[in-house]
Amino acid sequence: MCDQTFVAITFGPCDCCGKASPLMNIYIKSEATNYCSFCVEVMATQGLQAGESAASLKKESDSLKKKLEEERAKLSDIELSQVAEKIEVLAPLSIKTRRVLKGHGNKVLCMDWCKDKRRLVSSSQDGKVIVWDAFTLNKEHGVTLPCTWVLACAYAPSGCAVACGGLDNKCSVFPLSLDKNENLNTKKKSVAMHTNYVSGCTFTSSDMQILTSSGDGTCALWDVESGQLLQSFHGHTADVLSLDLAPSETGNTFVSGGCDRKANVWDMRSGQNIQSFECHESDINCVKYYPSGDAFASASDDATCRFYDLRADREVAVYQKDSIIFGASTVDFSLSGRLLFAGYNDYTINAWDVLKGTRVSALFGHENRVSRVRVSPDGTALCSASWDNTLRYLGFGWATYSTVSKGFR
Amino acid sequence: MTINTLARGGWDREQMACFQKMEKVIVAMQDPDMGMKMRNQRLLITVIPHAMTGRDMITWLIQKYCICEEEALHISGMLVRYGYVYPLKEPRSLVLRPDESPYRFQTPYFWTSTRWPASELDYAIYLAKKNIRKQGELMEYEKERYSVLHKRINHTWDFVVMQAREQLRASKQRRKADRIVLECQEQAYWLINRPQPGAHNVLDMGLERPNNLSARVTLVSDIITFLYVSYVPVPFVKYSEQYQNHDPIMQGCLPSNPWISDDTAYTRVLGHLVLLVPAFAAPVDLVERWSFSFMELLNDIMGRREFMIYLEKEFSAENLCFWQACEDIRHGESSRIVEKVEEIYKNFLTPGAARWVNVDSKTMDKTLKGIRHPHRFVMDDAQMHIYFLMKKDSYPRYLKSDLYKNLLAKAIMNCPTCLFVLSACSPS
Repeated sequence: MCDQTFVAITFGPCDCCGKASPLMNIYIKSEATNYCSFCVEVMATQGLQAGESAASLKKESDSLKKKLEEERAKLSDIELSQVAEKIEVLAPLSIKTRRVLKGHGNKVLCMDWCKDKRRLVSSSQDGKVIVWDAFTLNKEHGVTLPCTWVLACAYAPSGCAVACGGLDNKCSVFPLSLDKNENLNTKKKSVAMHTNYVSGCTFTSSDMQILTSSGDGTCALWDVESGQLLQSFHGHTADVLSLDLAPSETGNTFVSGGCDRKANVWDMRSGQNIQSFECHESDINCVKYYPSGDAFASASDDATCRFYDLRADREVAVYQKDSIIFGASTVDFSLSGRLLFAGYNDYTINAWDVLKGTRVSALFGHENRVSRVRVSPDGTALCSASWDNTLRYLGFGWATYSTVSKGFR
Repeated sequence: MTINTLARGGWDREQMACFQKMEKVIVAMQDPDMGMKMRNQRLLITVIPHAMTGRDMITWLIQKYCICEEEALHISGMLVRYGYVYPLKEPRSLVLRPDESPYRFQTPYFWTSTRWPASELDYAIYLAKKNIRKQGELMEYEKERYSVLHKRINHTWDFVVMQAREQLRASKQRRKADRIVLECQEQAYWLINRPQPGAHNVLDMGLERPNNLSARVTLVSDIITFLYVSYVPVPFVKYSEQYQNHDPIMQGCLPSNPWISDDTAYTRVLGHLVLLVPAFAAPVDLVERWSFSFMELLNDIMGRREFMIYLEKEFSAENLCFWQACEDIRHGESSRIVEKVEEIYKNFLTPGAARWVNVDSKTMDKTLKGIRHPHRFVMDDAQMHIYFLMKKDSYPRYLKSDLYKNLLAKAIMNCPTCLFVLSACSPS
């Protein structure tokens, strides 16, 4: 008869979850404990210590956050609107639609200006990417991507190429040729490869690198020529919906916002997440830097836009109103940073006074969601792209414009 | 990645948040004290209770939220579009008319936010009811859908017709006013959930976004001491004030905003496909902006060129050349990094080089060591050093130089509106 060895299994309440089940005898920091197999798995994958669980850690972090907020509140901080009290109130803007660009057959999802201040590129749900001359309303180039929902498009700094990406999980760069008859698809270069849709892309200071954000929760920096991944940025726990490059002297950081309600600031060189802001109550749809690079704004589905000071590492202003019910999908600053234009899902664009926190103007005209607003590089016009298949150029004049030539201050 | 459909699982967090807010507005409107005044509306020969006019809604919104009429019209239009309020006259057109047309609040049963699945069976029953009630009441697209459904769920067709008949029989026992109201309610619901092909679909939410991918909590265990200082956000005010005169949106920009006047004299065409613009055409505000910060000067192509001209006069042009070469490495192609680093070493860093840059010894040592294994950021420290050298030394001197002052004066002279300003400002 062979020697039969029996494994003695203890049965009883688990030290972690308390449920009665077969227990495993394990050692945590040389302490013997009895956990059920499920708790052992959980602990092993999440790096928990004895007596901890994901829920208890979350509770601990929430209470620490609350404590931080309480400490902050005790200080006598001065609000942005208080400092801005001495500045004069802005007169109501008179904004008129100067041009309407029709040509897309489906929702326009994204647009970007060229540095020459008159060309722009736009992309739509049906896979078409069009380069327009805004003054003459001519379509200069057109490409059809093999995928639908082209969520991101960007113009290269030199004006010689455009990058676009979307549901194909890729970001491709198309060099623009002077020959109008040439099919741009022949020179297409696939640069970025993600495991989910590409939600945003931008060139860095040259045509040779692009930065992309994706629904797979990461951002990445790519070398255009070789398609090589130069740096990837992990830290978001849900889809990343937007990103923006900092206009700073050192040009080394960018901010991204996503469905995990966080706006993260990253160092492009090391891949580290250097700052994080979690103030919104819902998905962050768009982030944009203030012109000086010391702050940025975010637009979210909770119908607010917020303004964050990077050096002070805190949220500084919230732009909201009771009558604004629908989420904000896009933001951009005017050239001086005094005005913040935000496009909403209720088809309107609101212009906010950044310093005073009040709304200056509400713009109506689109017949469906506003997906993107962008101020032209010289600050003279605002372009808005919408799900009503059109793009609109809005020009500005002040109510007192006619008196500028007469009176002086 | 799925495109959102009207399937039960397709309701976004965003959508629910909007609906909840709209519902708050609707509930506030119906508040017995602060809400709107309801009255009986006459519809042909029937009197419908608890109705209001479009004008009433707009007035109430203006008063409650202190907004202008256009915005109130817009908000009430959205309420109608999303089915929270439906029109009694012309029930097919979900549009808010700011006049005496009667509207009613939709019953919560039919609110878009209840996750009542608008299934094919329900739609079939609705269309069957309409068909039985009055022949020819179905629109073209409804007829098509009806026949498609008939084919698709043929096995339940007896049930559909039976249900339709039962519901019609039950409604006949109601008063005429109630019957009209119920019909309108149901019609509004289906107009939103099954819109006419080609009509605007308010429930189209775009791409679906999955929920949080992980509930992982990363707790940083080391203790971080914060130095809390009271916060005063002055820098933004200063920045905005400085740039206010140069923001075309804030001022009428000079000479004229091309978007308003179609005048292209103000635009410059950049990009290396096109020729550079001659110096004297620099608009005055751009030249002024170069004096705001070193970054403004370097970021502008013309500014950089002018600064180079000045540095050449001062025999310190190698600094700017070095900085540009380093930028080229940082943002250029990966394949050419090694070759570019070699070039920089040969031209700028070798002792006795033609364009030797003055970098402090510590940085120089670090850079030379790094060059043995060249990578994209190997020149960063040296570049930063030279950048700050130029910023602290050459840049302020440039702003005080005759070269810059002449350029500014020329730019002002070339700007016709500026002359007007200057002449009017002179003391009389």
